Amino acid sequence: MLIYVIRRIGLAALMLFGLVCITFTIANVAPSDPAALAAGPDASRSQIEQARRDYGLDKPLPEQFLRYVSDLAQGRFGRSVATGRDVGTDLARYFPATLELCVLAMLTGVLVGLPLGMLSALHKDGPIDHVTRIFAVSGIALPPFWFGLLLQLLIATWLGWLPTSGRLSVVTEPPDPITGLLLLDALLRGQGGIFVEGLTYMILPALVLSFPCLASILRVNRSEMVEALRADYVVSARAHGVTPWRIVAVHALKNAMLPTLAIIGLRWGWMMSSTVLVETVFDWPGIGLYAVSSAISGDFKPVMGVTMIVGVNFMIANLLVDLLYGVLDPRLRSA
Amino acid sequence: MTTLLEIADYRLAFDTFDGTHHVLDGIDLRLDAGETLGVVGETGCGKSVLARSLLQLNPSPPARVVSGAIRFRGEDLLRLEEAALRRLRGRAIAMVFQDPASYLNPLLAVATQMEDAIRGQDSAAGGRPRPRRAARALAAELLSAVGLPEPQRLLASHPHQLSGGMRQRVLIAMALAGEPALLVADEPTTALDVTVQAQVLALIDGLVRARGLALMLISHDLGVVSASCARVAVMYAGTVVEEAPTPELIARPLHPYAQGLIAAVPDLGRPEAKPRGMPGSIPSLLHPPSGCRFHPRCPLASERCRVEKPLRRTLLPGRSVACHHATP
Ligand SMILES: Nc1ncnc2c1ncn2[C@@H]1O[C@H](COP(=O)(O)OP(=O)(O)OP(=O)(O)O)[C@@H](O)[C@H]1O
Ligand SMILES: [Mg+2]
Repeated sequence: MLIYVIRRIGLAALMLFGLVCITFTIANVAPSDPAALAAGPDASRSQIEQARRDYGLDKPLPEQFLRYVSDLAQGRFGRSVATGRDVGTDLARYFPATLELCVLAMLTGVLVGLPLGMLSALHKDGPIDHVTRIFAVSGIALPPFWFGLLLQLLIATWLGWLPTSGRLSVVTEPPDPITGLLLLDALLRGQGGIFVEGLTYMILPALVLSFPCLASILRVNRSEMVEALRADYVVSARAHGVTPWRIVAVHALKNAMLPTLAIIGLRWGWMMSSTVLVETVFDWPGIGLYAVSSAISGDFKPVMGVTMIVGVNFMIANLLVDLLYGVLDPRLRSA
Repeated sequence: MTTLLEIADYRLAFDTFDGTHHVLDGIDLRLDAGETLGVVGETGCGKSVLARSLLQLNPSPPARVVSGAIRFRGEDLLRLEEAALRRLRGRAIAMVFQDPASYLNPLLAVATQMEDAIRGQDSAAGGRPRPRRAARALAAELLSAVGLPEPQRLLASHPHQLSGGMRQRVLIAMALAGEPALLVADEPTTALDVTVQAQVLALIDGLVRARGLALMLISHDLGVVSASCARVAVMYAGTVVEEAPTPELIARPLHPYAQGLIAAVPDLGRPEAKPRGMPGSIPSLLHPPSGCRFHPRCPLASERCRVEKPLRRTLLPGRSVACHHATP
């Protein structure tokens, strides 16, 4: 098991390095000139050159790369050329909002997707299965921004059941940050009213974010459960008198969980990156919105920072999935 | 002797996309308590489907009972509710399967699988399941009973850590958990190494004798069956074509298919003669041949065989044959 864990962690580290290389390359092939942006629209040539030196953009690429890596290793993401603010500080402010949204969306995806997947497998080709199939296909097929606008229009604007956008109403004072996660902070500070208000703001974006994730968890879990339920080991478990619920909930589900876990890990990363669309639609102050507004002004350090955060999330999720695989599957542990 | 199991005119079809497969076509078999019956036949003739039918384990749909009855101690299994069937599974009829690698759950420890079986049988019987610890103690006992050393270590291991022979012994131990009256063994040695095959067969033999179990041993190999079973039923394309005491069948098969089967085995029958293969191949069960299902391959086939399905008739005491042309 130890060797397995070490190997997985090593692989994740390698992926991290690859990610660093990619973000650096992308930033350097982007057409905009960051020095010109930093110096402002009316800057003279010499002012631009000055800015170039200030930001270290005049150094040869390999040197810039080394600095980039060593900065990242110390948690420094550089400074935004548009606002002059430290990107690391910005990320620390915006990331909790995104994390909170993604956690809620993922919880919804898993807690609804898994049982529905199992239920559809147990009633394969029955009415429940057909309904969940239509539901899941639309979840995978609907573009998130379009679905988001639709919900916004229907539930927020027309029906007025939930707020349209933002994280809290402008007149509400957010709780003093402890974790930066608004719902958690409100609970920790005992501010139930703010918790409820925060939740109402979160429901629509979380729903939009979780829909494709829920749909693919449902479909994968369903087909894996169908497969597992007709496996030979289920036939023998039935023949030996194992109780039906135990066959479904343990003997079959454990086997079906392996691929389902893999999809959950992948979806976590996808979800983080689709916050770019969803946060824009719902004006949610997270890293997605931050990335979009920075990209519009050609400000590449924040975009690189967000890319790193999303990539690291991808990797951590996949590392966790790999480790869970090891826990679930004895064959991997002894390999 | 009391009749334990009686299969009467049992027909089972599978409804699939390409049509209805008439897999079992009027099976009649009887088994007394403590009796041993072998079932032999080519691949695809419906042996496993028949074995699974005894515990109603064929997936339905696609499986559909067309007619007949399967009576166990006089009670028709085909009319039982799922809950009643669960009382039988493992405790009245137990099963050993062909490929021990795929019939054990790869992700669960041996202990978990055995405890689940033991405790599931407890609750099917209407009682509270015994504690895991007690179930585990019984599991260890059963593993010793099938000749596995160090049962505690074995219980803690997972299937991939065991050899094929050990896995099959674990499955046999599980089958004994509910002290069944009938053991159905569906090609229990086919997936094993030749050296292990004999050991596993000897084990089954010994257990059946020691515990007075009835045994239905399924195999495509007449040699396997002849050592353990007093009687043999020969199956062809979903029908039993001949049933006889084992030595008599080997010495003088009466059905042309049984004759071909025995001629195809090298060391049975006449050792001086070379084994002969049988011409033709297994018929389609989607469009089975009319009349006698064997007629396209039969050297004796006549017009009557093409149109009229032969009923099995008793030609000699204890011997019955489904053939228009067979003579005692
Ligand atoms: N679930 C199923 N759906 C459709 N057809 C099935 C199903 N199970 C079995 N059959 C069909 O039933 C027929 C008999 O299969 P069975 O497994 O009983 O053969 P067998 O005699 O055990 O052969 P083998 O020696 O290869 O084990 C085959 O034609 C098979 O295609
Ligand atoms: Mg078979």
